[in-house]
Amino acid sequence: MRTRFHVATRKGLFTVERGESGWSIARTSFLGDNCTLVMHDPRDGSLMAALDHGHFGAKVHRSRDEGATWTEVAAPKYPEKPADYVPKTPAEGKPVDWALRLVWALAPGGGNEPGVVWCGTLPGGLFRSEDGGDSWALNRPLWDDPRREEWFGGGADQPGIHSICVDPRDTRHVVIGVSCGGVWTTRDGGGTWALAGKGMRAEFMPPERQFDQNVQDPHLVAQCKGQPDALWVQHHNGIFKSTDGGESFSEITDVKPSVFGFAVAAHPRDPNVAWFVPAIKDEKRYPVDGRVVVTRTTDGGRTFDTLSRGLPQEHAYDLVFRHALDVDDSGERLAFGSTSGSLWVSDNAGDSWQPVSLNLPPVYAVRFEKS
Amino acid sequence: MPTVRFTQNIQRHVACPPRDVQGATVRDVLEQYFAGNERARSYVLDDQGRLRQHMAAFIDGRQVNDRDHLSDDVAPDAVIDVVQALSGG
Repeated sequence: MRTRFHVATRKGLFTVERGESGWSIARTSFLGDNCTLVMHDPRDGSLMAALDHGHFGAKVHRSRDEGATWTEVAAPKYPEKPADYVPKTPAEGKPVDWALRLVWALAPGGGNEPGVVWCGTLPGGLFRSEDGGDSWALNRPLWDDPRREEWFGGGADQPGIHSICVDPRDTRHVVIGVSCGGVWTTRDGGGTWALAGKGMRAEFMPPERQFDQNVQDPHLVAQCKGQPDALWVQHHNGIFKSTDGGESFSEITDVKPSVFGFAVAAHPRDPNVAWFVPAIKDEKRYPVDGRVVVTRTTDGGRTFDTLSRGLPQEHAYDLVFRHALDVDDSGERLAFGSTSGSLWVSDNAGDSWQPVSLNLPPVYAVRFEKS
Repeated sequence: MPTVRFTQNIQRHVACPPRDVQGATVRDVLEQYFAGNERARSYVLDDQGRLRQHMAAFIDGRQVNDRDHLSDDVAPDAVIDVVQALSGG
C-alpha cells in the first residue's frame, strides 16, 4: 500500500510521506507558485500538476520520477473561436469566455487506455489527451451542445468542470460534474453526452427551475471505484447519492452539523461509506461553531458520524475546498487540507486525526498515490 | 527593426531575451518573436491570441490600445515592452 500523498497549495506542491516517525513533508515543488491541482496516474506512476500563474496563465507540468523533476507539457488550448459565433446569454448576462481560465479537474483514463488523461476546465471545456498531456483536444460534442451555453459560474465567474469519474468496468463510461451545469454522462468515450442527475435540487433557483438538471451545482462528484454505479455528491444544496451511475440522485437531509460543504470522498470498495467536511451554508463558509469536523456515513447515508477527535474544536475557521479531501486505496487512510493551511491525516477511517502541518499555504487539492 | 523586451518575471518560466524583430504592428512583431520561441507565446497571449488579461504591452512607453488584435502600429525603431499588469496580483 502506498503511503504518499500530494498537496496542491497557493504556494506550491507538497509531497507528504509516512516514515518511521510519522507523516511529514518529504518534498516541495513549485515553491511560491500557485499550484491548483495535482493528479497521480496509477498506470505509470507519473504526476501531473496544474499551475495558475496570475499573469502568464494556466500551465501543466508532468513528472515521471515521483516529483524529483518536472517538465512543462501542453496546457489545454481552446480552438479558435469561429468569427460568426454568437453566444447565447447565460444567467449572468455575459457569455462565457472561449479560452482556458483554469485547469479544474484531471483524471487518468482507464487501465486499458494508457496515456489517456481527461481534463476539466473553466470556462467549461472538457479536454482529452492521448499522450499523457503532451497534447490535448477539446471534446467538441460537449462544448458544442447548446445546453452547455446555459451553464453559469458557481463560485467562479465562469462555469467549470471539476469532477471526472471514469468507470473502471467500461472506460467509455465517464461521468462529469459541472458548476453550474449538473452531472453529465457519456457511454461512448465522449462521442455523445447525456444530461443526467435527475433528482438533484437547486434551492438557489426559482421554484420552477429547482429540479432543472442543467442548473445544478454539484460541488464534487465522487465515485466508489469498486462499485462505480455508486456516486456521492456534495452539492451546493446538500448531499446527494446515486446508485445508478449518476442517472438519478436522492437527497440526504438532516446531517449534523450541516449538509453544506465542498469536499466528498467515496470509499474505494464499499458503496455505503463516504466522508464530507461540512461548513455553514452558504455565504459565510466556515465550520459550524468554529469546530472542524468530518462527517461519515457507513450505511449509505441513513446515519452519519460526526468525527472530531484530533481536530480543533474552538475558533477554527478552516474551509476545505472540493478537491482537498481524499481517501487512499485501503479506505482507512484519509487526508484533508484547508484554506487556513492546516493539513490533517487519519489512519483509521476518520475516527481520529493528526495534523501534518498547521502552517501550509491555502490548500486546493489533496491526492493519495493509488494503485 | 523594432526591439522587444520582456518582464524579468517571465524569465524563470521561459527565457525571453530582448530581440530585434521585423514587424509593422504589435501582432507582426510578437509573431516574429514567437516564431523563434514558441513556448513563450502562451505566457503572453491567451488561447485566442489576445494579450493576457494581466499582461500589458507598451510601444515606446505608450500602452497599446488594441489588446485583442494587437493592431497598433510599430515604428521601425520602436521598443516594445511586454510587462505584467499589477491587476494580476
